[in-house]
Amino acid sequence: MPVSGLTTRTADPARRQAPPHQAVPPSGGERFARGLRRNLTAHGFLIGAVLCFAVFSWYPMIREFLLAFQKTEGGEVSWTGLDNLTTVVDDPAFWQAWRNTLLFTVLALLFGFVVPFVAAIVINEFHHAQGYLRLLVYLPVMLPPVASVLLFKYLYDPGYGLLNEVLRFLHLPEQQWLQDAALSMPSVVAAATWMNMGGAALVHLAALQGIPGELYEAAELDGAGLFRKIWHVTIPQTRLILSLMLLMQIIATMQVFVEPFLLTGGAGPQGSTTTVVHLIYQYAFNFNNYGAAAALGLLLLVLLAGFSAAYVRLGRADDR
Amino acid sequence: MSTRTLISPAQLARPRGKAVYWTVFTLVVTGFTLVFLGPLYWMISSGFKDSQEVIRTPPTLVPESFTPDNYARAWEVMDLSTLLLNTLYYAFGALAFQLILDVAAAYSLSRLRPVLGKAILGMMLATLMIPATVLVVPQYLTVLDVPVVERNLLNTPWVIWLPSVANAFNIFLLKRFFDSVPGELLDAAAMDGASPLRTLWSIVLPISRPILAVVSIFAVVGIWKDFLWPMLTLPDPAKQTLNVGIYSLSSGVPVNVLIAALTIASLPTLLLFLVFQRNIMSGLTAGGLKG
Repeated sequence: MPVSGLTTRTADPARRQAPPHQAVPPSGGERFARGLRRNLTAHGFLIGAVLCFAVFSWYPMIREFLLAFQKTEGGEVSWTGLDNLTTVVDDPAFWQAWRNTLLFTVLALLFGFVVPFVAAIVINEFHHAQGYLRLLVYLPVMLPPVASVLLFKYLYDPGYGLLNEVLRFLHLPEQQWLQDAALSMPSVVAAATWMNMGGAALVHLAALQGIPGELYEAAELDGAGLFRKIWHVTIPQTRLILSLMLLMQIIATMQVFVEPFLLTGGAGPQGSTTTVVHLIYQYAFNFNNYGAAAALGLLLLVLLAGFSAAYVRLGRADDR
Repeated sequence: MSTRTLISPAQLARPRGKAVYWTVFTLVVTGFTLVFLGPLYWMISSGFKDSQEVIRTPPTLVPESFTPDNYARAWEVMDLSTLLLNTLYYAFGALAFQLILDVAAAYSLSRLRPVLGKAILGMMLATLMIPATVLVVPQYLTVLDVPVVERNLLNTPWVIWLPSVANAFNIFLLKRFFDSVPGELLDAAAMDGASPLRTLWSIVLPISRPILAVVSIFAVVGIWKDFLWPMLTLPDPAKQTLNVGIYSLSSGVPVNVLIAALTIASLPTLLLFLVFQRNIMSGLTAGGLKG
């Protein structure tokens, strides 16, 4: 058992018998020794996690910056200035990838932010089956993404897929969900929203339940109708959480990769689902051009850093 | 729920209010059931259809050619037992490492407060600002040749376990919880001569069960759902996770067998969810707001 392994490694048996606090004020040397020992123990507790952070987070972060301005040829690393950046920007797929990513983000916010909020408002009014509905929306979040995505691929199949069957039943024209360049991104967004909206819906719901009921009563006394109550009470009361969720979803959706990668192979018909992260993936793992991958990653990082900073500031306000 | 919400109880009590309530309620419950359970039903039932029926149009709502054999074939052809065991091994190994190292670190930062502790915490939380997908490339290059020890971690469980410890969100949640533990309790333990480890083990951990449950569930689910990282770092088919293994074999097996495999892959986390719903939902609202 790793648990007991750690116990024996970090516990110093001598320290266990250390005397409790002494009433006599300790001398300077003694205080120093105690402080040192306290710090050694504390850093002993920290060291494992710090090493993991150092190797797998901090060092890669630095490396990301270095890689963006370097190139490796035959094992030789050399500085190339902005060459990687120009390579990336001159790539014909560059602007398309940003457009697609932006389209995904906008659609995903429409479906994945507005819909859960409205759903949460409605569910919050129910006096029955709230637990059931909560369970339902969160169920897909627990599925392995490969299972959900391949299931959607089956549902989207132009021949025997369930969706076209429904359209046929309604006498509507069948669609090439994933094969049609105009439809492929919305189809990916729909699948991604199904997979991920549960989290947002539950957080919205929790926020709504924190609104004091008197505010609605007061609004009614002022003669406010349903929509004015939503506009003047519900939204202002949940604004902070809504903003935090919005920022978090922007940050997450701008990094979309798995859903298009699995549904359309990443690029999709005429590159219609190539996203920025897919382009990074291609540079790194299809073309072995780590410099270009890092340069494009850096652009994404800079863009998202703005959103992250806003998030942190708002999060601090939430703490107070 | 007794708290007052958007619609006043008086309004609901009126006949018109009641009618609207029940109409909307029925519509929403039916709609949600169709949208969220429908695909799952389709997955489970299609897994029971034979290879003809599964691609038949119009499709059958209830499988006519009841073929439970698909599940057995999926299990064998896709070697699901290996994939499942691998995934369990990675998930619970990562859980153990996260629990031990992240709990120890959060406790140290919260209670032992070493020199430079604040700076270390700041640097850990700063990693939340870096988009995870951007770091994948340099992280991949790092595990190919880990600095100092000069090891290649590809195709070893370490490549999943160790990076999972570098989870600032865990540190944040745990530290915040430990901060809320009453100081008198810990002082009393120190007076009795308990070492920091003893205090952590006998006093702090027992009261931290709720947060430990949240961290544990998210640790396991996180590994279970991860795709890009295990795809890159565990290329050996014998070492792959369920997600990656099923994906890489997906084009080579008949549709009904594949769908049966998807059902099998989904079951563990679905069961986990049904059992630990309460913890998961509370963790979501505790943590969800603070990414």
